[in-house]
Amino acid sequence: MKYLHLLWRNLLRRKARTTFTFLSIVVAFFLFGLLMAIRNGFEGGVEIAGQNRLLTMHRMSIIQMLPERYLAQIQGTPGVRLATHLTWFGGIYQDPKNVFAQMAVEPDAMLRLYPEFILPADQRQRWLLTRTGAIAGRKLAARFGWRIGDRIPIQPTFWRVRDGKPDTFEFELVGIYRGATPDVDETQFFFRHDYLMERVGKPGLVGWYGVQVEDPARADEVARAIDRQFANSPAETKTATEKALIQSFANQVGDTGTMLTAISAIVFFVILLIAANTMAQAVRERTNELGVLKSLGFTDRGVMGLVLGEALLLSGTAGLTGLALVLLAVPVLAKLVEAFLPVFYVPARALVLGTGLAALLGLASGGVPAWVAQRLPIVEALRRR
Amino acid sequence: MTAAVVEVRDVHKVYRRGAERVDVLKGIDLDVPAGEFLALMGPSGSGKTTLLNLIGGLDTPTSGRVIVAGRDLTHASSRELARWRAEHVGFVFQSYNLLPVLTAARNVELPLLLTRLSHAERRRHVEAALALVGLADRANHYPAQLSGGQEQRVGIARAIVTDPTLLLCDEPTGDLDRETAGEILDLLGELNARYGKTIVMVTHDPLAAARAGRVLHVDKGVLVAARAA
Amino acid sequence: MRPLAQTLAVTALNLRSLGQRAGSSAVAVVGFAGVVAVFVAVLSIAEGVRQVMERGTSPDTVLVLRAGSDTEMSSGLSLEETRVIKDAPGLVHGPAGTIASAELYVVVNVPKRTTGTDANVPLRGVEPAAFGVRPSVRIVEGRRFREGSNEVIVGRAAAHQFSGLDVGARLRWGENVWQVVGVFDADGSIYESEIWTDVRVLQPAYRRTGFQSVYARLEAPEAFARFEAALGADPRLHATVMREDAYYAAQSKVLRTLVRVLGNTVALLMAVGATFGALNTMYSAVAARGREIATLRAIGFQGSPVLVSVMTESLVLALVGGALGGGLAYAVANGYETATLNFQSFSQVAFRLTVTPRLLAGGVAYALAMGFLGGIFPAIRAVRMPVAFGLREP
Repeated sequence: MKYLHLLWRNLLRRKARTTFTFLSIVVAFFLFGLLMAIRNGFEGGVEIAGQNRLLTMHRMSIIQMLPERYLAQIQGTPGVRLATHLTWFGGIYQDPKNVFAQMAVEPDAMLRLYPEFILPADQRQRWLLTRTGAIAGRKLAARFGWRIGDRIPIQPTFWRVRDGKPDTFEFELVGIYRGATPDVDETQFFFRHDYLMERVGKPGLVGWYGVQVEDPARADEVARAIDRQFANSPAETKTATEKALIQSFANQVGDTGTMLTAISAIVFFVILLIAANTMAQAVRERTNELGVLKSLGFTDRGVMGLVLGEALLLSGTAGLTGLALVLLAVPVLAKLVEAFLPVFYVPARALVLGTGLAALLGLASGGVPAWVAQRLPIVEALRRR
Repeated sequence: MTAAVVEVRDVHKVYRRGAERVDVLKGIDLDVPAGEFLALMGPSGSGKTTLLNLIGGLDTPTSGRVIVAGRDLTHASSRELARWRAEHVGFVFQSYNLLPVLTAARNVELPLLLTRLSHAERRRHVEAALALVGLADRANHYPAQLSGGQEQRVGIARAIVTDPTLLLCDEPTGDLDRETAGEILDLLGELNARYGKTIVMVTHDPLAAARAGRVLHVDKGVLVAARAA
Repeated sequence: MRPLAQTLAVTALNLRSLGQRAGSSAVAVVGFAGVVAVFVAVLSIAEGVRQVMERGTSPDTVLVLRAGSDTEMSSGLSLEETRVIKDAPGLVHGPAGTIASAELYVVVNVPKRTTGTDANVPLRGVEPAAFGVRPSVRIVEGRRFREGSNEVIVGRAAAHQFSGLDVGARLRWGENVWQVVGVFDADGSIYESEIWTDVRVLQPAYRRTGFQSVYARLEAPEAFARFEAALGADPRLHATVMREDAYYAAQSKVLRTLVRVLGNTVALLMAVGATFGALNTMYSAVAARGREIATLRAIGFQGSPVLVSVMTESLVLALVGGALGGGLAYAVANGYETATLNFQSFSQVAFRLTVTPRLLAGGVAYALAMGFLGGIFPAIRAVRMPVAFGLREP
């Protein structure tokens, strides 16, 4: 710590050079944080997905619907604590560009299955009493400026209304939910399944089932047990853990993980060269001074430490600054990308990794110059300049 | 006889540049008693600076022995020499060799960073050293803001701040004008007379050598008989 | 010496001494190369998707959906409605009537080869006229499916990306077993990501009686207006009419926009970082040559030739870096086959990353911009530096 002043003053030796190197590292780490946030937005769900939740879909594809009567059988499967259904609505609110998830559900069961959706008790009560009631996530409500009590008209696309009334579904916003943690999607819209069925002629269909198991360790077993019940029936099921499904979805998008990692690697490599070049120049210019320090009694190792320390100070502060900036920027950007990436934040592990990389950058960029400094023969060094 | 602080025994130093072989020192024997102010004179290339470097532990002899303050430096490792230097030697260079990015006070503090002294203690030593060389009021100036003479004073302050056994000066007045040189030599003389510092000074200036207690001549790697001081 | 001659002379001196500052210059070059490589590679994804959507579609093919639907999946047309559409004026006539195919578009789970996890692959039920509507579709392996049977043909790209779709394979979807009897090519278009079968066999399998879309061939691209007007005037129908190419362009808009925004953001940030790196290189280049520059000016070389020569050095480095980066991106990315999820159709679209000359030019332009910014300030400094000061510098 007592060497901090010396390291600091050495960095200020060439203000322009230090500043440029500093700034390029800041930008690189800002970008790194951004890439991690994007990646987390696509794949992050994998980590936090409810460990004890399964989803039962139609075997052929997610767009196929399942019979409503399956609920009782699924609920009765050993190992199942709770089961409910969700149905995709896919309607249009004002403009086709306004894209958000709309699902018909059983209010009480859905909220119990997804405890991460936090809804005040009075709003929950209201929903149970209001047939046309709907709840929206906090971010969604903010996006459209919805308030409790507003009428939300949504135009169906593939659902055919059969009650003789105009197509449009008029919902009453009875509640706004928020997520228990930052990784919960607050851009979804839920309304009542019984209302949907009423309007479309009661076909007795649902999109898929959400299931909570008693013991996460036996999740796969329970999944198989559920599917066995419907094997060889007209509507066969495929049950998988939520985690597996999210991973599968992420895979569908593509190997974004690899691509983002590749970009991060290129960025790191470029920045490493820039920083290493700066440190190499810095040491080259100071041959004489390093000799002087050695003459004063600084050991070879000590001098090496000073160079590494300088590199670490530069890379460390720049890297941490970049990470700090991206932490500030992402919540602002989140509003812009909400439609595509409802979950957008810099995950903690990215910060840990980023800090590690900043340290690694310091060591790697200072490594060779430090080695050179260590090996400088004193008499030679003193002779220069 | 006072114990010799420096004992040089039949020291040879050979430098190799590719296939070339240069014998810089060819058998030097020397004793420097404690409290002496010794000047080493000689033409350039005579090996006087090399001898100084060996005494200061900046280099090791090819053969022979160098014993300073009771410690045999001949086969010491680079690390041991560094440690030893920090404690026992202070260097004063012709071109001052101050770090331009540090203030005078911070430059003087450098050797103290190698000790376990606290920040406050280090500061006290620095202030004392600067006061001794008469530069207390320039403590926060950068070398670029100091005159040549002042820079050298800082150099001397840095050299004495750890209270070393030995002060080694390599052409300390080489870059200074007559008057300033005189001031520096006065300072060195005072350090020797009043504070009992053992000083070995390499110089080619006879007027500087005149201030020393003893003068030895080095020519082509050997000590020549002392001429009248 | 006239200004131009001066400029050339100084520039030549500059470039020759580049060798001495090799390390520093290499760093700038790598920085530029990295930015351009990422820019070109990421945008080649958008380009690949665009090409898939544009290829094999033509302005004389139309698509009719239910009014208000913007994708096939959310559309629905009854048998009656499809008959009305097929009889409308402006369509080409074939031996069996107008060349028009009423179709159904669903999605099936097929494992992706790379990950083994399920993906939504489009399964399209077509009428025989579909092959007339889309002349680019050709069987390259096996044969067409027989009408009325549970046989499918698979698009070439789909066969590559998803497992279990080889000729002869049997697939179980729903209660039926389907057999793959052929693989088809479609001029690199989106249809190559699809599986096709007889719509009349698909309907009962999915418990539907209706269709979702009608694809038809116009007599000529200009017949579109007539066709659209006729359908608009017909009270039996509420339909949206689109040209095939326009439809697919719109279908991929979100995906392409997303990729482009991502690519541009990343490239821009990287460019900022690399420009700082370049500034470093150029400033130290100017500093290293401070004495040389001052001497030249003392001799009589004017300020602007010096400025131009410094700029040239920076731009040359940028060009080299840009070319390297573009070349690298081309070598690694171009032609790489992959597939992604098109959010708008909720199904997989297989495509190849495509590096076009335009994209490469864009990358080089980026590099030159960085080179310019990285060089202009040091260049100005080099020119403004007092001559005497430069001469004194060690």
